[in-house]
Amino acid sequence: MVMRPPPLLRVEGVSVDFDGFLALDNVNFVVEPGELRILIGPNGAGKSTLCDTIIGRVRATAGRILFKDKAITDLPEHEIVRRGICRKFQAPGVLPNLSVAENLLVSARRDRGLWQSLSSRVPPDETARVADILERVGLADRATVAAGSLAHGEMQWLEIAMVMATNADLLLLDEPTAGMGRNDTARTAALIRSLAGRHAVVVIDHDMSFVEALDGPVTVLHQGRILREGSVSDIRADKEVEAVYLGRAKDAAHA
Amino acid sequence: MIIETIRTRLADPGARTPLLIGLAVVAFGLAAPSLVSSYSLTLLARFLAYSILALGIGLIWGQGGVLSLGQGVFFGLGGYMLAMHLKLAGHAANDLPDFMVWSGIATLPLAWVPFRSALVSVIAVIAVPGLVAAAFSWLVFRRRVGGVYFALITQALALAFSTLLVSQQSLTGGFNGLTNFSRLFGFSTNSNGFGVGLYYVTLGSTIASYLLLRWLMASRFGAVLRATRDGENRVRFLGYDPTPYKVLAFTIAGMLAGLAGALFTLAAGVISPAMVGVIPSIEMVVWVAVGGRGALWGAVAGTLLVNFAKDEISSALPSAWLYALGLMFVLVVTFLPEGIAGLVQLRGLATGWRRLGLALLRPRNAE
Repeated sequence: MVMRPPPLLRVEGVSVDFDGFLALDNVNFVVEPGELRILIGPNGAGKSTLCDTIIGRVRATAGRILFKDKAITDLPEHEIVRRGICRKFQAPGVLPNLSVAENLLVSARRDRGLWQSLSSRVPPDETARVADILERVGLADRATVAAGSLAHGEMQWLEIAMVMATNADLLLLDEPTAGMGRNDTARTAALIRSLAGRHAVVVIDHDMSFVEALDGPVTVLHQGRILREGSVSDIRADKEVEAVYLGRAKDAAHA
Repeated sequence: MIIETIRTRLADPGARTPLLIGLAVVAFGLAAPSLVSSYSLTLLARFLAYSILALGIGLIWGQGGVLSLGQGVFFGLGGYMLAMHLKLAGHAANDLPDFMVWSGIATLPLAWVPFRSALVSVIAVIAVPGLVAAAFSWLVFRRRVGGVYFALITQALALAFSTLLVSQQSLTGGFNGLTNFSRLFGFSTNSNGFGVGLYYVTLGSTIASYLLLRWLMASRFGAVLRATRDGENRVRFLGYDPTPYKVLAFTIAGMLAGLAGALFTLAAGVISPAMVGVIPSIEMVVWVAVGGRGALWGAVAGTLLVNFAKDEISSALPSAWLYALGLMFVLVVTFLPEGIAGLVQLRGLATGWRRLGLALLRPRNAE
């Protein structure tokens, strides 16, 4: 029998209670190394809360989270990131007054301690990684521009690039195509597919054409619980998913 | 090394003008003792001492986004500790400072004993404000207290500090503070030569502080500090703990304020609670707001400008100064939110990190 590598991330029985509102209700969720996973669900289903809980922004009221077989449930946020999880937020969280290159260099740092920061020397491999990422996301000719002056789509890419630059094993991308046009969305899908393998990627979105372009296993959240897991076509065909999510989207489209 | 840096800057057209202006200002500073009256030189020494403190505000407020309304505390710690040494150095070993005799104190209080030593005093002037700033800011920043709440806490600290100084008459000289100095390191503090020497020490300290902060801003520490100012949470979710970065910046600002307080006390010949409390602490922030918190030189320019204006206005119309200060602050906030520095926007002030961004582009353009 072939030993499977242990899962990268295990969310075990996690509940989050916001003063009586159960945002997550006994969620079990596993991400394998290098996997591309898509998390969908209607508004308020708990997708962002799940990411927030993994990254330590929201604390679980029950259950635990294991990353590389170690509990991270109670670690401070920056420590969770240093273990190898990085998240892109829904609203682009770039550092507006730093240049695009500076944003990436700050993200690409391996030594994030204070004393190592008291030098202007940047290790050549970090510079090389930043230059490579700038090429891949198509921001190379914007490297010296202040991040705050980028167009919205560019800002989204910059934040994806920042998350890539941390070289984390697990990337959580919350609505990476929000506010993007069709062409940009297709490019983003291609970029994210190219990340899988080197990193495990969890993408939150509710644009079904984008989800189809990503073509990975899908987890559907509904009212704080996992409703289904399966391939894009399975999820497409599922009556219950259609009832809670796609159907609602269809209604919205008709309205 | 400095010569080399200057040479490369002169070759870079973007960096040439600010460098030449900077060198001209330094040249004027060096020649000032033979150019201006000795009264103006004393003023300049005092205001340069202030500008060392202002550089610290430029670091924490301009670069780190942390507004402190309590820098007077660290200024006062430095000033009072040096003044304690000056009081003890001014007379025979077993005599007590004049105000203690008037308060009926028989033996030197324990807190004063270490300041018999000039060396201990000089170290304490910088180290004690640094330690206090580090401990205080670590306690506050660790709890993620920031913004207006932090400003209010620092203001309360300034109020408590000046109240304490006034109330401990027999230890601190109370409301009148410490004055009547005569000797330091065996020199008479009242001679003309001492004034000129003090001026050069202050000028050198200002330049050294400026260069230190410039270097710090160009390091990765500077980039993370600015990043923390713009998005503390983003920085946290990139795997940094912002607390030690902010604590170090606040500590350096505290040390600079302590040094400034000591130099000021020497130049002014007095330190009193009225110079370290809430109002002076707010005035210090106004200097930097007027000069422009976005650039370090703005802090120095603002300090010199506001203080020379204060000297002129208060000698012409003593009651008008506070109105003038208020008006200046309102005008700057309304029309010049980036201060004088915002007007100039020197392109040569790009940091080392921005130049690095250009370096990243170079191989691509070469293809």
